[in-house]
Amino acid sequence: MYSVHEESPAVLTTDVFFLYLLPPIVLDAGYFMPTRLFFENCGTVLWFSVVGTLWNSIGIGISLFGICQIEAFGIQDINLQENLLFGTIISTVDPVAVLAVFEEININEQLYIVVFGESLYNDAITVALYSLFKYISQMDQVDSIDIFLGTADFFVVGFGGIMFGLLFGFVAAFTTRFTANTRELEPVFVFMYSYLAYLLAELFSLSSIMAIVTCALTMKYYVEENVSQRSCTTIRHFLKMWSSVSETLIFFFLGVTTVTSKHEWNWAYIGFTLIFCIVWRGLGVLVLAQIINNFRTIPFTFKDQFSMAYGGLRGAICFSLAFLLPDTFPRRNLFTTAAVAVIIFTVFIQGITIRPLIDYLNVRRTNRKLMTINVEIHSRAMEHTIAGIEDLCGQWSHYYWKDKFKKINDRFLRKVLIKDNRPQSSIVSLYKKLELQNALVLLDSNGGISGAPSLTSLQEQKPTKRETFLPEEVWSMQELLSKNMYKIRERTLTYTRHSLPNETRTKEILLRRHSTIRKSMRKAGTWQTPAAAKYYSLPPTVQNLQPRLRLRKYSLTGDDDGDDDIASEINFPPARPRLQLRAKEPRRALQPPRNKLETVNEVRTDSRRTPMVDYENRGGSAMSENSKGRGTGTKRALTPMRQFGLFNEQGLKNKEKEDQMEMEEFRQEALLAAISEKDANIALLELSSSKKKKTQDEVTSLKREKDRLVQQLKQQTQNRMKLMADNYEDDHLKSHSDQTNHKPSPDQIIPPLLDLNQNRSKLKLYIGHLTALCQDRDPKILQGIAPPTSYHHDDRAAWEEELQKMSLEQLEAELEKCEKESAELQEYANTVLQQIADHCPDILEQVVNALEESS
Amino acid sequence: METDQCTLYYKSKTVNSALSRTEWIQLKEVLSFHDWKLVTLALPKSCHLSSHQITVSSSHICRLYDRFHALDKDDKGSLNRSDFQNISELAVNPLGDRIINAFFPDGMDLIDFNSFVRILARFRPVDQNPKKEPNAPEPINSRVNKLKFAFQLYDQDKDGKISKSELLQVLRMMVGVQVTEEQLESITDRTIQEADLDGDDAISFEEFKKSLDKVDIEHKMSIRFLR
Repeated sequence: MYSVHEESPAVLTTDVFFLYLLPPIVLDAGYFMPTRLFFENCGTVLWFSVVGTLWNSIGIGISLFGICQIEAFGIQDINLQENLLFGTIISTVDPVAVLAVFEEININEQLYIVVFGESLYNDAITVALYSLFKYISQMDQVDSIDIFLGTADFFVVGFGGIMFGLLFGFVAAFTTRFTANTRELEPVFVFMYSYLAYLLAELFSLSSIMAIVTCALTMKYYVEENVSQRSCTTIRHFLKMWSSVSETLIFFFLGVTTVTSKHEWNWAYIGFTLIFCIVWRGLGVLVLAQIINNFRTIPFTFKDQFSMAYGGLRGAICFSLAFLLPDTFPRRNLFTTAAVAVIIFTVFIQGITIRPLIDYLNVRRTNRKLMTINVEIHSRAMEHTIAGIEDLCGQWSHYYWKDKFKKINDRFLRKVLIKDNRPQSSIVSLYKKLELQNALVLLDSNGGISGAPSLTSLQEQKPTKRETFLPEEVWSMQELLSKNMYKIRERTLTYTRHSLPNETRTKEILLRRHSTIRKSMRKAGTWQTPAAAKYYSLPPTVQNLQPRLRLRKYSLTGDDDGDDDIASEINFPPARPRLQLRAKEPRRALQPPRNKLETVNEVRTDSRRTPMVDYENRGGSAMSENSKGRGTGTKRALTPMRQFGLFNEQGLKNKEKEDQMEMEEFRQEALLAAISEKDANIALLELSSSKKKKTQDEVTSLKREKDRLVQQLKQQTQNRMKLMADNYEDDHLKSHSDQTNHKPSPDQIIPPLLDLNQNRSKLKLYIGHLTALCQDRDPKILQGIAPPTSYHHDDRAAWEEELQKMSLEQLEAELEKCEKESAELQEYANTVLQQIADHCPDILEQVVNALEESS
Repeated sequence: METDQCTLYYKSKTVNSALSRTEWIQLKEVLSFHDWKLVTLALPKSCHLSSHQITVSSSHICRLYDRFHALDKDDKGSLNRSDFQNISELAVNPLGDRIINAFFPDGMDLIDFNSFVRILARFRPVDQNPKKEPNAPEPINSRVNKLKFAFQLYDQDKDGKISKSELLQVLRMMVGVQVTEEQLESITDRTIQEADLDGDDAISFEEFKKSLDKVDIEHKMSIRFLR
């Protein structure tokens, strides 16, 4: 190659590595470190990274020194210091390789963070040890004072680095407080301050890695609140990209070096290095885990320990350190070769085999073949439960410090470091909130993520078919389940090397919970289609009742009733869609004027409209067009019926009454929907976790609104019940007044009596439901109110028979009695309802459902 | 004896204080009046009644007490639903709602420390070699009680059976979005079929217990640190 003068391209110098390639990698690691997790496992992480690294370095160094004493291998010239130095180099576990492998094998987050922290901190520790041993190995004589100084130095270096990191972290956070006008510079500040921390620590020969990691860790929290959303994205993406580039370059050099540099191959030394690496790491993990298990809430299982030991892959740092040994160093080539060999062995052989091995362990432990689906599902459910309970109890002892820090943070740090009024940066949170809500809307409209199955879908299910399942089917079901069931404790975003943290799963669960909350709150909402239809066109009872009523009316007014059947046919199905359209108006009116959430509600209203339109299409094709012109829908829907010319005054009145009833019904429905809406919003706000005062105010105001709505609902339920009764009463009264003019025949009295009776029994049923509900909840509610006497006797068949025998006067008396009883019953129901509303408004919805059932 | 007094008592007897025999008897009286289970939770191994001096390791109770108060945001002495919902980890637990509901039986809105601990007591690991007391009542952390807790997470309408829809709901909560509704339904069918012995298309508690015969419930439904 002409342009590089045919020189080898692999020119990795100390400067290049430490000044340009290493910082991005550790900065990335520090910035994206899952903070909470890290601090919860801080002790374990430090234990493994400090003690573990010392153990490995010294263990490997000394055993290699022992090997060097054997004459046959011809490596007696390597002294103890050099072996220790090499041990240090080779014991660095590389975060890149390890995490890549661990992502593959789906380990739990505890283990993940421990290995991540270990690899991060042993970078720091190895580098400190490295310079220590390098210094010692170049001395001829080692005094004990030197070792002591070296150890002291080790701590000074570490803590000094942390101090620098903290300092610059806070400075960076403080700076971004004032960058509102220069958004473009925000990312630069983040990078520059971290780099500055790194360089300064290096300058004072402190641990620069500790400095940059601490700096990133400190500033992240504050910076992300201060900077704009865009800058935040830029920072995150740039960090990821930068670290990936660095890593790639390092591995580049590794590859090139393997091919080009001079190697010194010594079977014994390299072979034993490999063996010692594996043995000492295995032993180390085993021993250290046994010790730390006594202090841990969740101990490491054997499987965890195996993964940790076997996952100890060596990588870029190890190579760089070996490669950067000074040229004058005796046996430098042997060390480089050994390092490369170990890296290649661990990365390729261990990296490839770790997954099958873990799978094998898993299979052996659980033996899935023998598990039934029941066991699988229930076990996972139980695991979730236990995880939940654990979270509930709190994992011991971390909480004290966490609370302390939170207090300090809230009281001082946040005030100093974060902008006071953050019109811009609150966009971050608002953005998140909106994103969530958008997803919610999506959820409602097409079930992108379906929540718990709705009642309707369950009702529509055919009666269970008793088909047998083939073994293969069962097997595939198990596969499906084991792959797709949420793993426990997979809940926090863990660090991944090459991708930004993603929270899909957490979001999924949150969204689903919201939708379930809403659905359960809107349980009544699901009666939109089936239940309401049930009420109005009640096939067995009401439908054959209705024509009869009309028959009577028409005969009374002397009208021809030939087309009545047709009219009723037309009447019933379209009654739904027309009124549903109307129902939206009250619903909208009920929407209280409100803040930002309103838009979402708006959209949601639309989305809810969709199924109705569907229904309309089914209901009557003639009506389907009307659904578009919403405002005029009612009028136009009526026109085809007018054409029949059957609608005399009474018919229309009847119609009106029906309309009124439906109005009431839908008002109720709308109220329920509005309440559930409120609840969802409250839940959302509460869960969006911001403890800001503003949010809390919002929550309280929402709660107040909800209470108001509940009150309205109560009112509405009463109204509707009254109407329900009135409806029939009216019919009866009318016929009654008619009867004074014409001489009524017993045949004319009996049907309304029957109706009345039916109504009465319905009321009874309803009261039964109500009282049962009250008994369930709190018998006290019913204290002091007794049902009217008529509530108890019920012998319908006999009564009807008697009715046939009665004279006209008797019938009229019976009629009056029925009326009175109805009124009493209704009064009673109202009282009960009032009691319920007073004592426990929360079961009001159940009451509404009961109302539905009884009708 | 009121809860306040009890909790005060735990509070005063902080970690590993030694009690004399009379003190122990006093404590026992105080507690047993209220609920003896509380003490068994607090005093797992260390209460050797035979010795004169009794060491009480009430640290667990104290910790739970601290936790209880940390959760109790406005110091009302009891927890309500939203206190539970504020635990962020629980919010993203797929079964979080069900777990919270389990703490509020029968439409209760508040839970005091005593019931809180009593519910948690179910999750204590089972003693390896329980003392032989012939007519002792079944411990609250027994296998059956643990199973009952799991069962009630499914059984929402409390009719003693897991119906198909109840199972489907739980499954939907636990399974990722990739799985379609049909798949879930057939899984549910299969699950019920597998466990259903009396052919009523639902899983009763007995059937539930039976289907989990081979599972080490004692281990699975225990929290190590409540030992």
